[in-house]
Amino acid sequence: MTYIAKPKFHHPGLKKNALGYTHRDYEGKISTLCAGCGHDSITASIIEACYELSIEPHRVAKISGIGCSSKTPDYFLGNSHGFNSVHGRMPSVLTGANLANRDLIYLGVSGDGDSASIGFGQFAHSIRRGVNMTYIVENNGVYGLTKGQFSATADRGSKSKKGVTNTDNAIDLVAIALQLGATFIARSFSGDKSQLVPLIAAAIGHKGASFIDVISPCIAFNNHAGSTKSFDYVREHNDAVNRLDVLVGRDPIAVDYAPGTVQVVEQHDGSKIALRKIDADYDPHDRLGAQTFLARHAAKGQIVTGLLYVDPDAEDLHEHLNTVETPLNSLEADTLCPGSAVLDKINASLR
Amino acid sequence: MSDKKPISSVNDFVVRFANVNGSGSASANEMFARAILRHGVPVSPRNIFPSNIQGLPTWYEVRVTEDGHLGARGGVDMMVAMNPQTWDKDVAGIEPGGYLFYDSTKPMPSAKFRDDITVIGVPLTAITNSTYTDPRQRQLFKNIIYLGALSALLEMDPKLIEQLIGEQYKGKEKLLSSNVHALHLGRDWALQNLKCPIGLRVRKSDKVGDRIFIEGNSAAALGAVYGGATVCAWYPITPSSSVAEAFTAHCKKYRHDPETGKAKYAIVQGEDELASIGIVIGASWNGARAFTATSGPGISLMTEFIGLSYFAEIPAVIMNIQRAGPSTGMPTRTQQCDIIACAYASHGDTKHVLLFPEDPAEAFEFAAAAFDLAERLQTTIFLMLDLDIGMNHRLCRPLKWDDAKQYDRGKVMTAEMLEEGRDFGRYLDVDGDGIPYRTYPGTHPTKGSYFTRGTSRDRYARYSEEGSVYADNMQRLVRKFETAQDLVPRPLQANAERPTKYGVIYFGSTSPAMDEAIGLLEARGHQLDRLRIRAFPFHSSVASFLAEHDFVYVVEQNRDSQLRQLIVNENGIDPVRLVPIVHYDGTPITARFIAKAIGDHQDHLKVTPLRKAVS
Repeated sequence: MTYIAKPKFHHPGLKKNALGYTHRDYEGKISTLCAGCGHDSITASIIEACYELSIEPHRVAKISGIGCSSKTPDYFLGNSHGFNSVHGRMPSVLTGANLANRDLIYLGVSGDGDSASIGFGQFAHSIRRGVNMTYIVENNGVYGLTKGQFSATADRGSKSKKGVTNTDNAIDLVAIALQLGATFIARSFSGDKSQLVPLIAAAIGHKGASFIDVISPCIAFNNHAGSTKSFDYVREHNDAVNRLDVLVGRDPIAVDYAPGTVQVVEQHDGSKIALRKIDADYDPHDRLGAQTFLARHAAKGQIVTGLLYVDPDAEDLHEHLNTVETPLNSLEADTLCPGSAVLDKINASLR
Repeated sequence: MSDKKPISSVNDFVVRFANVNGSGSASANEMFARAILRHGVPVSPRNIFPSNIQGLPTWYEVRVTEDGHLGARGGVDMMVAMNPQTWDKDVAGIEPGGYLFYDSTKPMPSAKFRDDITVIGVPLTAITNSTYTDPRQRQLFKNIIYLGALSALLEMDPKLIEQLIGEQYKGKEKLLSSNVHALHLGRDWALQNLKCPIGLRVRKSDKVGDRIFIEGNSAAALGAVYGGATVCAWYPITPSSSVAEAFTAHCKKYRHDPETGKAKYAIVQGEDELASIGIVIGASWNGARAFTATSGPGISLMTEFIGLSYFAEIPAVIMNIQRAGPSTGMPTRTQQCDIIACAYASHGDTKHVLLFPEDPAEAFEFAAAAFDLAERLQTTIFLMLDLDIGMNHRLCRPLKWDDAKQYDRGKVMTAEMLEEGRDFGRYLDVDGDGIPYRTYPGTHPTKGSYFTRGTSRDRYARYSEEGSVYADNMQRLVRKFETAQDLVPRPLQANAERPTKYGVIYFGSTSPAMDEAIGLLEARGHQLDRLRIRAFPFHSSVASFLAEHDFVYVVEQNRDSQLRQLIVNENGIDPVRLVPIVHYDGTPITARFIAKAIGDHQDHLKVTPLRKAVS
């Protein structure tokens, strides 16, 4: 939420994308989060990704729950509809919105408190249903709005700002998403925009449940020694399995980067993900392998980032339900109502 | 046999079947009720089932009623006792002079019978064992055999039952002929071995007319189809599950695109009630007509979202099929006990629209209307059924639909309207009715977008914690609720033959028992004007009715007289003028109960006037 209006002035020299929109067209209100908050970097990455994809801002529906992260949809895509619903319930609201109009792009923004605690069930079920969405968790391992309590993603043994040691095991949302059948799964770091922007762009292009866990340090309550979600800790333990570019309407750039090769994944919308492997052994099409890889590195205290799994042939909830192509919200009585003649037959069958 | 004369009655008696859950008796019992209907005689059947799955007791009661009384009567004239577990209770429940029908294969000690009833034994197990070898067939056909025996005892036309069997097993010749065979096995045995008919008889009549026989839940689901619901999200809970199941069945039949075969609907079984209402709110926010069906415990879980719907002004339709509470209460017993929980659901100051259908026909009409109301008022609409209407077949007038009807999508600002330069403030009361305009997501590239939130905001949807801004919004919500008064179904008033200073208010499934009770009360010399409330907010005619009568009875099926509380609260009336008549043991209220409670109070008033009413 913000009280501060952003100036409407656009510099005439701003670069434009294929639709003629500038970066400013993808911005929202001024953030009221703490200066240096990782969430603001994610906001910037969402803006960048949407700009690069030349998305019409108003064709995006941005939906969130409650919490610091859930405030952020106010800070990007100011010309799109937003919905700051209730704590942990973003996934169900997004699912309903998606069912009503399959033609929009659905961006769900959540936090670790929102998704891994009160909304853990809704997170899981929206993933397993294959809702066509980009579900971003801005994961800082702490409750910022209520001043520093551990969240369910806080690592066991990590310390709070007050020096308390967390004795509960952490929930790894990426591991859960892999198990539940998400068809696009990535992890990134708010401080690594070059990795995060193409991940968000690729996730938006993906048809199906896309999930991105973004480690996003809380500058106020979880950026100290002993935290495993601080800027320093994440930088030191980040192990990227790949880097990628999202190519819309262009051929992939076939340049190999040591030690791996370039792997191109074509998405339903025609965009292509050029995946530059960093870890030569990593196969992002192997769900089981990804689970093992993740667990092995977690045991070593490493945070694996990059595109961890993608199914280019994924189906979404609308395909599962075999719904008509026309958005359900535009159907009217002439096509929905069986009419009085049918009702007469129904009446006759009930005597 | 004592000197108590056997009950003798034509087209006016109650038969109760006591069965074991899972024995396949439901189909035969329902066929019994339908067969009487085919004689042109109205029936009012009720399922009475404890909360269990298999092997435990279940009952089915059929009130045969030439006069067309559709409420429960109370008392049993004939008990078909097919469950040894409940034998003693079942036998004890028979009216003096009544009849006991039982399986006489195994001899029973005389102490197990009563001497003031007529005992009719048919060796059902022996007949089935000598006819069928398959254990399941023995079980299933035993039910049809007792149906056959009853048809002889009650002098029913077997052809009408054969006709029903033919309709049920159309295209399945083997099943059809075997069922007809079983029917005649029982019928022939009774005709040859028993004195047929007994005192209770079914005579052909013409009292059914063109009425239909349907469950309230199925009718409500059909109302959702006709009302244009395209999204249904639900979570199984008794007694509401059959709403979503019926909606699914109706949609499969009527809502597929003929060319592509694709569905013009989406039904999701949520992971819980919270997700279900969340999906409804998300879909409605995005312009689809959406609903969920649940019961009291589900309402409890949904209240946070219901508050969001109220404050953020998002349409939603909730069909609440009430059961006995609080907590898990009695899951398979009926009550009207969620009135207060729904009227003021969620924290903070809220008020919600409630619709109270009296029968399946109104369940259909009100369900369809609920979607218009939800979109017109941009808020949650509760369709308040209960188990008694929802899970029982009831005779009602045929369902009707006007093909000229278009859906009322409410105040939706389109891209064209925005282009015209119309001032769009999401919470701006442009018409003075408290209802603002909304836009659907994706409407316009630069105009009309807004942020929906459960936090306070100004008329232009900008976050604000200013006290005056908050109060302004809350006042507008009150105005909107006042507007709703004239949009919801109005109460229906029926006056007594002679002027009276006494009235009675009732609603929903209580209706048929109340209609019958009026006759009983008149017979006792009491005149009462009647007002059937069909919705909350209360129309101004409710206040007028209260003003015109010294005392008004409020008849309802809950302990705390919740509708009465709501009337007192919303009308500022002296509570002493509203006399609670409550029935809350989980069984449907009866005319006998109402007539006794009101009649006794009226008698008391004649000798001991209460203090003068304060107007």
